[in-house]
Amino acid sequence: MTTLVFLEHHEGELQKGSLGVLVKAASLGGEVTGVLVGSDVRALAEQAGKFGAAKVYVADDASLGAPLPQPRVDVLASVVRDQGIDTVLFAASVLGADIASGLAARLDAGLNWDLVDLAQQDGELVGKRPALGDSVYVDVGWTGPPRLALFRSGTFDPVETGGTAQVEDVPVQLEEHSQIATMIEQAHAESEGPNLEEADVIVAGGRGLGGPENFTLVEGLAQALGGAVGATRAVVDAGWYPYSTQIGQTGKTVSPKLYVACGISGAIQHKVGMQSAGTIVAINKDPNAPIFEFADLGVVGDVHQVVPKLTELVKQRRGA
Amino acid sequence: MKIAVCVKQVPEGNRRLDPSTKRLDRSGEGALNPFDTHAVEEALRLRDAAGGGEVVLVSMGPQKTVDALRKALAMGADRAVLVSDEGAANADLVGTSRVLAAVLEREGADLVLFGQQAADGDGAVLWAAVAERLRRPVISQVAELTVSDGKARGKRQTEFGYDVIQAPLPAVVAVSDAINEPRYPSLKGIMGAKTKPQETLSLSELGVEAGAKTEVLALSEPPPRGDTRKIEDNGNAAEQIVEFLAEKRLL
Repeated sequence: MTTLVFLEHHEGELQKGSLGVLVKAASLGGEVTGVLVGSDVRALAEQAGKFGAAKVYVADDASLGAPLPQPRVDVLASVVRDQGIDTVLFAASVLGADIASGLAARLDAGLNWDLVDLAQQDGELVGKRPALGDSVYVDVGWTGPPRLALFRSGTFDPVETGGTAQVEDVPVQLEEHSQIATMIEQAHAESEGPNLEEADVIVAGGRGLGGPENFTLVEGLAQALGGAVGATRAVVDAGWYPYSTQIGQTGKTVSPKLYVACGISGAIQHKVGMQSAGTIVAINKDPNAPIFEFADLGVVGDVHQVVPKLTELVKQRRGA
Repeated sequence: MKIAVCVKQVPEGNRRLDPSTKRLDRSGEGALNPFDTHAVEEALRLRDAAGGGEVVLVSMGPQKTVDALRKALAMGADRAVLVSDEGAANADLVGTSRVLAAVLEREGADLVLFGQQAADGDGAVLWAAVAERLRRPVISQVAELTVSDGKARGKRQTEFGYDVIQAPLPAVVAVSDAINEPRYPSLKGIMGAKTKPQETLSLSELGVEAGAKTEVLALSEPPPRGDTRKIEDNGNAAEQIVEFLAEKRLL
């Protein structure tokens, strides 16, 4: 097995998700390589050695500065072909998913996504994918190489194992259609805001609140419980609440003792950011909301009725 | 401007995997994938803002997908093309993207829109494979879309903040569910949908094969998460939550 792991980086740092996947790849054996694509990124390549990469292919070019997927498909496709790669692994991210899918089409290769594990069974690679709100696990395979896989974010811990990587530059040849889209603005989020990662209690609000004014309900309950306030991507994108409070794949990953989800459907994008909470309580008026499949206590009800009452009761109890 | 919107029918209500095929049981009632309604809505807004043009729905699935397509037609789309063929039943990303790209090549739309994910298989990748087959630029996860001077410009959220990406048409854009609030079909729209053109194609008519490079091997129980309890609010849900939290020593 010759494995290639896409090494995502941001502001001069390799991303934990990619490093976790690299550690997983190393545990499966075979030749483990990484690929690093960007502008002025060669210095990062050696770090990947500490997480299990024996070799890192580097495509370092000014034209690759913006984190756009299509030029990266070009680079990965030529590495897969030229280096005899049979397995390409990605940590799920906005960028990683688009590259994996584009590469699947380019190489006519099978892509399995949302995997939480990968193992060798009787000489074949088998991935594990939770389905239907994680109510069932599906074992998935590939009809042949190259095999592509996207892992659910935060699945593997990036534990340093030591070691050094050989660094090899690869030529950059971009397809015409890969150079059409341009990044014209990159606004990095401010890092201030509540420290959600450390909070013991988080009360979070979603679209089911009905409007930004109803976040006062969430804030009231959070205050009564002594917790912090979180939000879903949908309400952050809609401008109801600041980005710094966002929990999910494109936001923060949290693991409080108690997570109270108010008007949150539990889309996979949100779930991956909070599923490791100790206890999850969900209040949502839609009985079919996916969040009820993994909440410890699910309440089918109107957040506007239940949350204010709950806040009062918690206050009484804590005051007593 | 001609806009193609790729939509999918997903099973309604309680979903299950068929133990014999190990695939999603699609025999029951179906619905338009809710994430796709945002893409349909965005297409309608762009068409209407441009003062004309056409919104074409493109889908692949069982024959009864026409029900889901009718809902999108009732919202205001002009026409629908469905690829329905037994030979496409097991198609995965590679196969589905090949089939959709063949239809889209034929349609030659200025803009191809996708929703952000399929509500059934949780897939959120198809647009990039289709864009690659069409050799067109792609912008994904778009929460704000503007189209002017022959260019699409999308603002989208990533793990690190917001990006703005621009691409000249023809382009492929996947929209997030934050982009708009989809309209409900009007009575007039529902009546009118019945007479809108709907075309059904087989793979041979399209001259393409579907196929799959991935396979489902087995189903298993997930690791237990402990008991999950679901209650209906009969006016005392708040009390029940407090009791539950007290039991768990979380108060």
